Amino acid sequence: MELIQQLINGVSLGSIYALIALGYTMVYGIVKLINFAHGDVFMVGSFVGFYSITVLDLSFIPALLISMTVCALFGVLIERIAYKPLRNATRIAALITAIGVSLLIEYGFIYVRGAQPEAYPNDVLPTEKFDILGVSINSQSVLIFGVAVVLMIILQIIVHKSKIGKAMRAVSFDADAAKLMGINVNNTISATFAIGSALAGAAGVIFGIYYIKIEPLMGVLPGLKAFVAAVLGGIGIIPGAMVGGLLLGVIEALVSAAGYSLWRDAVAFVVLILILIFMPQGLFGKNKKEKV
Amino acid sequence: MTTIKRAKGFWLSISLSLIFFAVVQVLIGGGSLNPFYQNTLMFIGINIILAASLHLIIGITGQFSIGHAGFLAVGAYASAVMTMKLEMPFYAALIVGGLASALAGLIIGIPSLRLKGDYLAIATLGFGEIVRIMLLNIDYVGGASGMQVSHLTTWPWVFASVIITIIVIRNFTSSTHGRACISIREDETAADSMGINTTYYKVVAFAIGAFFAGIAGGLYAHNFYIIQPSNFGFLKSFDILILVVLGGLGSLSGAVLAAILLTVVTTFLQDYPETRMIIYSLVLIVMMLYRPQGLMGTKEITSMFKRKGGSSHEKNKNTAA
Repeated sequence: MELIQQLINGVSLGSIYALIALGYTMVYGIVKLINFAHGDVFMVGSFVGFYSITVLDLSFIPALLISMTVCALFGVLIERIAYKPLRNATRIAALITAIGVSLLIEYGFIYVRGAQPEAYPNDVLPTEKFDILGVSINSQSVLIFGVAVVLMIILQIIVHKSKIGKAMRAVSFDADAAKLMGINVNNTISATFAIGSALAGAAGVIFGIYYIKIEPLMGVLPGLKAFVAAVLGGIGIIPGAMVGGLLLGVIEALVSAAGYSLWRDAVAFVVLILILIFMPQGLFGKNKKEKV
Repeated sequence: MTTIKRAKGFWLSISLSLIFFAVVQVLIGGGSLNPFYQNTLMFIGINIILAASLHLIIGITGQFSIGHAGFLAVGAYASAVMTMKLEMPFYAALIVGGLASALAGLIIGIPSLRLKGDYLAIATLGFGEIVRIMLLNIDYVGGASGMQVSHLTTWPWVFASVIITIIVIRNFTSSTHGRACISIREDETAADSMGINTTYYKVVAFAIGAFFAGIAGGLYAHNFYIIQPSNFGFLKSFDILILVVLGGLGSLSGAVLAAILLTVVTTFLQDYPETRMIIYSLVLIVMMLYRPQGLMGTKEITSMFKRKGGSSHEKNKNTAA
């Protein structure tokens, strides 16, 4: 029963990873950039949610929507200021800029409000416990998983049915050809950043409610792990990010259940290195030969 | 002719640096340098070694590695175990620290050969974190509370290590092996098709870079009274990365200058850690937007003097061609 309990925890954590991983994978798919600042967008989302609940006295859904909107704008701002001028620069230059942006957000945030952590109010969602076959399930984890699933379904609809989704797929396939076909590549890239950042913002609010404590450097580790999840599923592939996130959450929960909870963070990186060595295309990717 | 000139330059810079060493040594001996300045000097030295060793991996071989704090940690802990637990002399501890780190470089270097660019960066970052978490969980070295280390790092040790590091990396770069590494940086596929064993050279660069990072780790550990795994997180890796990026990816003298400059800046901003990180991150961003090649580009200080000289061998070569 303990094991099932841990699996449920793993799925809740995994759905948070999956939401962040979606942003990584979409941005990587379209501009081939590891957006290191993505974990910090997640952090900002968490704080926006916190302030909307405590200061503006809002309930869960409005706070979630405000956080997603602010994060979407924030993501577009980052892209326009820092990444757009570097679109034709070397990969290393783009990566270093992303690291710089990430550090700037973290320490700028600490500079403005201080490094002290905050405690999320825990009366936002009902905290009842259900007993199903001897396993007690927290209603919060069910709701969190539900919100994550709904957001992922909306994302799938946007990507596969809407005009902007079609443009995104075209640009990630071949940006130059898409431009020739009359697609506004810049706007499409901004839209990708907006959608990815909104998902990270939602993940931030969910994380705050589930884990209660939030602080300005909280985005670093979940951000890196979400990247691991994206690589695990095959970077650039949206369903891959979801499965990768859930899988990583479950793996971590199993490691904790086996009594190695101190090694939890290391396991994610071991998984990353193993995947990169033995299956660099990820679980869902196709093997592509390098062009000379 | 050129070898004589090069040798002359070599002996000139060696004697200049020896004079510098003697002056500082006399100042320390005479008590005119207070511990604050002495400490800053040690830090500059350690950072120069770190910058030079990462320069070999990123600037020369083009392998974007951001797990350098991992190598630093391996060296620091290995040498601290040697002196504190096994009671070996300091020089042996430094060498063991370097070798342990080089071994770690081999271990991470061999699998990461299959990776490129971003993937290698993230894998090395993961490696650094794995090292940190392993150290956290090993009770023999004190776990999270860290390990007591006696203060053994002195100015002559730091100076000697810096000079050896610079000479080795400089000579490696201008040797056949170094040229092979540069060709890998410029175009790996082309280098491979020209018959260069890219696997071998990438591993060698990783191992040498890690070795010197390990030496720096030994000096770093014995400069404090305590070392903790939290000293070696990825922020430390980014600190080292910014030295190389600011100096110019591919310029050894640039890396050295950036190490001196930023260590001094860091020392003055010690009481304002947030401000320091904001300045660092802005430097990274602005640098990449407006001058991605860094302060020095791939130029060395010595090549600037050559151009002024008028009769350097480079110029002769140009007229001959």
